[in-house]
Amino acid sequence: MAENQKQNYLTHPKGIMSWLLTLDHKRIGLMYLFGGIAFFFLGGVLALGMRLELAAPGNDFVSNETYNNMYTLHGAIMIFLFIIPAIPGALGNILLPLMLGAKDVAFPRLNLASFYIYTVGALFVMYTIISGGVDTGWTFYTPYSTTSTSNVIPMTMGIFVIGFSSILTGLNFIATIHKMRIPGLTWYKLPLFVWALYGTSLVQITATPVIAITMVLLILERLLGIGIFDPALGGDPVLYQHFFWFYSHPAVYIMILPAFGIISEIIPVHSRKKVWGYKFIAFSTLSIAFIGFLVWGHHMFTSGQSVFSQIVFSFITYFVGIPTGVKIFSWMLTMYKGQVSFTPPMLYALSFLFLFTIGGLTGIFLGAVALDIHLHDTYFVVAHFHYVMQGGTIIAFLGGLHHWWPKSMGTMYNQTVANICCLGVFLGFNGTFFPQFLLGLRGMPRRYATYDQQYAELHNYSSFWSGILGLSIFIAIMNLMWSLRKNNKLDPGSNPWGGMTLEWTHTTSPPHPHNFEEEPVLEHGPYDYDKVIVEPTFKK
Amino acid sequence: MDRLTEYLFPKQVSTFAADIDNLFYFIFYSSIVLFSIVVLGMMYLAIKYRFKKGDEVKLTSSKDHSNFLEFLFFIIPLILVSITFVWGIKSYLQMIIVPDDAIEIKVTGQSWFWTFDYPDGGTTLNELVVPSNTPIKIILSSKDVLHSFFIPVMRTKMDCLPNRYNVMWFDAQEEGVYDILCTEYCGTGHSQMGAKVIVMKPAQYEAYVAELGSDDENIPLDELGAKLYTKKACNTCHTLDGSALVGPSYLQTSQMWGQERVFDDGTSTVIDNNYIRSSILEPQTQIVAGYQGVMPTYQGLLNDRELDALIAFLKSLQEDSQI
Repeated sequence: MAENQKQNYLTHPKGIMSWLLTLDHKRIGLMYLFGGIAFFFLGGVLALGMRLELAAPGNDFVSNETYNNMYTLHGAIMIFLFIIPAIPGALGNILLPLMLGAKDVAFPRLNLASFYIYTVGALFVMYTIISGGVDTGWTFYTPYSTTSTSNVIPMTMGIFVIGFSSILTGLNFIATIHKMRIPGLTWYKLPLFVWALYGTSLVQITATPVIAITMVLLILERLLGIGIFDPALGGDPVLYQHFFWFYSHPAVYIMILPAFGIISEIIPVHSRKKVWGYKFIAFSTLSIAFIGFLVWGHHMFTSGQSVFSQIVFSFITYFVGIPTGVKIFSWMLTMYKGQVSFTPPMLYALSFLFLFTIGGLTGIFLGAVALDIHLHDTYFVVAHFHYVMQGGTIIAFLGGLHHWWPKSMGTMYNQTVANICCLGVFLGFNGTFFPQFLLGLRGMPRRYATYDQQYAELHNYSSFWSGILGLSIFIAIMNLMWSLRKNNKLDPGSNPWGGMTLEWTHTTSPPHPHNFEEEPVLEHGPYDYDKVIVEPTFKK
Repeated sequence: MDRLTEYLFPKQVSTFAADIDNLFYFIFYSSIVLFSIVVLGMMYLAIKYRFKKGDEVKLTSSKDHSNFLEFLFFIIPLILVSITFVWGIKSYLQMIIVPDDAIEIKVTGQSWFWTFDYPDGGTTLNELVVPSNTPIKIILSSKDVLHSFFIPVMRTKMDCLPNRYNVMWFDAQEEGVYDILCTEYCGTGHSQMGAKVIVMKPAQYEAYVAELGSDDENIPLDELGAKLYTKKACNTCHTLDGSALVGPSYLQTSQMWGQERVFDDGTSTVIDNNYIRSSILEPQTQIVAGYQGVMPTYQGLLNDRELDALIAFLKSLQEDSQI
């Protein structure tokens, strides 16, 4: 037994090839995690470069061309190489089989293939950067993207390839959730993170083919001159926008649903309280995933689509808002009569509630057609989607990382430093993006390398705080890495937060290479803090 | 509220601007209420039920739903967004239904300047002149990629597409000079693709439109060239002080008059009247080394006298700098 306990998936088996050819979902998850963090760093450096240029009105730091390349790469890297793959690919991979009591995902080889497809896609993106960049914006609107002289083809090819990785991961997760649960783990006993991954996977397999086809058509138009989107060849640029947003709006839910899942895990565990409205959270995940397919037209309120379409898209957009709002109240009320600990994951979850609520509410402004016409393509939109993507998804990702770090790495980071960084992220984030709402209201358009003097003060303020934001995230990640130093191992039996799901109660930290030494027997639901006491245990 | 509006928004100049700002305030105050419930509730619950040092780990309450609260959380936002939706559509209809007596002005976006064609002939570049208290119908299109025509003080914008016309309208209530911005990314010069809308009294507007182009006959060529330099948006890409922007500076070209200019394909030519003329009318045929071939053609936008004027203006820069 003692010999067995020393065996964990990080140290057994050993050797570089055992990592590169591993079929272990936890190792594949870790490779996604470190890949994702590397791209997060790259995208972040580009963002800080942009803020440096925007600190003052003129071309002080880079030229227009360089700026256009920077913002395109920032968007594309953050979305396609970090946010979309990072949570399902990293946290999803590590946790899903553990939460189900399974040995691995349904198709371990396919899982490894997903990772390598992602790597190949990432290489295309790297090639794009090295060979001179691309300046079309991550949206690749035609006819600019079909006529631009920059490297549109390798970039769109990269996105095409990464799409397959996304589809295969989704397929794998759906099969795993259906077939790999231990006996007794019925749908209503699943942790909510699993429900979130299920909703995400459904969107991944149904929406991603559309972006793949769109990218192929764009490439064919550039290479062979067939007229799909470019009016000079007989195509229609608005058709491109429909195709693009038919994927890219559901993609917003690929990005945010896993974050909802993480928050649904963190808050009950750190409040030691049964989650509020389990069934509502579970089903609203699925309904948001479905309704998310019907609102893409709200990205096109100024494109000249018909009045009827404008009204319908505005109407359906509000239908996504209502279930999301009820979710936020559910998370808040989960703390009622609980025992709330202010640990780093919990502080991230509370920041999430604050920031994502702003992100969601500002969506109401943009859903109102008349007001959107003024705000469309201004900094108001930039601020709104950063409150959703960074204030929502990335904050939840950081929270999840801190929550499951002791589980997946078997070490504990310095919690005081982590809390201070969380505060720094919170302040830096608001300081950076709140002024951008004001800029947008005053009419500052997005994707400008230079701007009028009247916007200077708010831009300057935003740039200053972006430094604090970048630094805080950097230190937070370094704090995690520093915990990996020698002789800092936790006792394998540790359950530092008192988690109740299978990954905390039935396996070691870090887990055994085969997850569980014997098939776990389900003793209680994922949030039964009213029935069972699970003492937090935290030993070195 | 007025001071808040002044802080938050550009001036309200169009007839519907105030209505749109009021819609903003309705959502804004509703959001503040909802946001306060979430954040204050969160802080209250987190602090009240916090786990203190020395507390015992206990079984907690099994309360996990309340039909009354859930109904409330569903119905209050539903009412608020329903009002928002209806208001948003009502105001929107007002923004797209153009009054019958509107003056029609054709707006063309092109990388990276705006052309305005007036109903009785006459064209301006980067300066839209309109009468106050008169509905103006704007018919938009683009000559190349997508652009978007945004006038913040009018609270309206619309995309310019290369293959179809879009329409917007406004009725300016106050004379003045206001910003026009391009809000659909269109390449290198996107952030410089600004223009001005000049709102005049209707009588002044009549006089302005009648005179468009006519006084240019009587002024010296180099002065006309100086006017065209800004009017035709040359200044978006070419400076007069020798610094390079999107294209080479006029001053530099002027100082190299009679010398060889090297192109990106390795060929070269002497800078003279013919070279300048062809590089304005057929800018894609010879690209100066170190620059990108992004300039649009001015074929049809300049007559012969105007071309002569620009050449004369460019030549005169060298003489000025020698003094």
